[in-house]
Amino acid sequence: MINCEPIKIAVASGKGGTGKTLVSTSMFFALQQKHQIVTLVDCDAEEPNDMVFFSGEPEKTIDVTQRVPVIDDNKCTFCGKCHDYCSYKAIFILPPSKIIKVMEDLCHGCGACSVACEFGAITEKDVSLGEVRCFPVSMNSRIVEARMRVGVYSPVSVIKEAINEAGSNHVVLMDSPPGTSCPFIQTASRADYVILVTEPTPFGLSDLKQSVETLKSMGKPFGVIINRAGLGNEDVYKYLKNENIHLLMEIPFDREIAAIYSKGEILARQKPEYGEKLVSVYNAVCNYFFDQNN
Amino acid sequence: MQFATIFLIKTTDSMEVAVISGKGGTGKSSISAAFATLQPQVLLADCDVDAANLYILFNPTHEEKQIYIAGQTAVIDYEKCTHCGVCIDFCRFDAIHNEGGKVVISETSCDGCQLCSRICPLDAITMVDNDKSRMYSGTFRNGRMVYGRLAPGEENSGKLVNMVREKAKEVAKEHNLENIIIDGPPGIGCAVISSITGVNHVLIVTEPTISGLHDLKRTLEVVTKFNLKPWVVVNKYDINNEMTQQIESFCIGSGIDIAGKLPFDSSVVDAMVNCKSIVEWLPDSDFSKEIARIWNKITHS
Repeated sequence: MINCEPIKIAVASGKGGTGKTLVSTSMFFALQQKHQIVTLVDCDAEEPNDMVFFSGEPEKTIDVTQRVPVIDDNKCTFCGKCHDYCSYKAIFILPPSKIIKVMEDLCHGCGACSVACEFGAITEKDVSLGEVRCFPVSMNSRIVEARMRVGVYSPVSVIKEAINEAGSNHVVLMDSPPGTSCPFIQTASRADYVILVTEPTPFGLSDLKQSVETLKSMGKPFGVIINRAGLGNEDVYKYLKNENIHLLMEIPFDREIAAIYSKGEILARQKPEYGEKLVSVYNAVCNYFFDQNN
Repeated sequence: MQFATIFLIKTTDSMEVAVISGKGGTGKSSISAAFATLQPQVLLADCDVDAANLYILFNPTHEEKQIYIAGQTAVIDYEKCTHCGVCIDFCRFDAIHNEGGKVVISETSCDGCQLCSRICPLDAITMVDNDKSRMYSGTFRNGRMVYGRLAPGEENSGKLVNMVREKAKEVAKEHNLENIIIDGPPGIGCAVISSITGVNHVLIVTEPTISGLHDLKRTLEVVTKFNLKPWVVVNKYDINNEMTQQIESFCIGSGIDIAGKLPFDSSVVDAMVNCKSIVEWLPDSDFSKEIARIWNKITHS
């Protein structure tokens, strides 16, 4: 029996390269094999990798844009109010020489300059921040990929759009960006439950602690998967025990698993026992979440 | 003699070597730590401010601590607010909502643009500094160390990275340290750009996986945009020799030099568990020797 109620689960980690993508692609694969309606959102917009493991052409591409100001030199009086209103230092002005320039790379598209201008000299245009691409994987499943354009100041807008595109009337898995800064918060804040993937090393533990503190302050329920178990030391286990954090699953350190992943193959396809285990983790997460909310 | 003196006085700035990787977990920090212990006295700058790790290995002193202001957040004064909702209409970050008649600002969505505070007819919104992030500077067993720690939820805009790098240059100069080793963040965003702008050498650490190659390509797009000549190192190359060959031929085809290849070696993890770099833990191992070769290759180019 698999849970079919709508739920959003984020797969995250403080440290990069601990196995978020390994876990999320395999859980996704195993769920869709069991005819679950499921969407995997690749929220790691700086380096989206989920589609490396699946093939297919996008059925839909959404351009994610932001508005940036365009200043009409003929109407501009070089009063400097837009420059004062800009919190991102994106407007460069030299009134004596009548020079005004928008630094588009620094603009966050807040619209403050347009509000500031009293002379109707500022209009806006759209610039691209990246794309959201939707790939059908099977009859009942698809991958929604957030892909930030190189050089954009923040992946957050593209991530938000991808999560919105996924919808919320079914099971949504979110492969989260690493770290605990804005992009992670934007992803985790949309999740009902967060699975943290870590490895039993000092670096893994340090970053896990930071993620745990962050999720606690957000009031998000979470559990932990330890990847590459057998490497490193026992400190991460002691930490989970002391903090009373749910250990959801262990994936052993195994060169064969590393080799499967390296070839862009899905662990749950090559080793179905891991697919079964991840489905159990999924069920445990759902049971926990719906119990808490009933 | 006079010429010689002039030459000696004309000490240029320290040499900066940045270690980055598109994909996380490729071994960037382990390699940076190894570089930092290959030679006497270096300046080590941990610019992976979102997940700073090198302090765990090196336990540096905190001789100096600076607050980094990561933008601002809007806060409503409910004594003044009439819940008119004008700010909701103006906010482009979808950060202000009406929750059952009460206007509420979401701290996590607020971008700090100040527009709401400027347009509020009742002056009920003020801006407060996000002041939880820190920069530290001190000594470690092989020189000086500067590192940043970004508070959870803050924007990794690259400004804290700039602050770490400025401080690193200042400290290196003050203590006559020739080499600055920068451990950069993963990804391709602002923090990466700030970590590599103006450095002498960039080393991209990748791994022989399809994801590794995919991320390497995106990282190269960033690096070449800034007119830097990158070096590539394939870490854990023996996990998938075929993939390693693919990465090598991709690099050759794109005119990018391979600095070296490092095998998978669990003693790198053992070293970490014992709070040592691999060069300190097993100085005579093949891994450590290869690290030394890579360093020489990059810095003598």
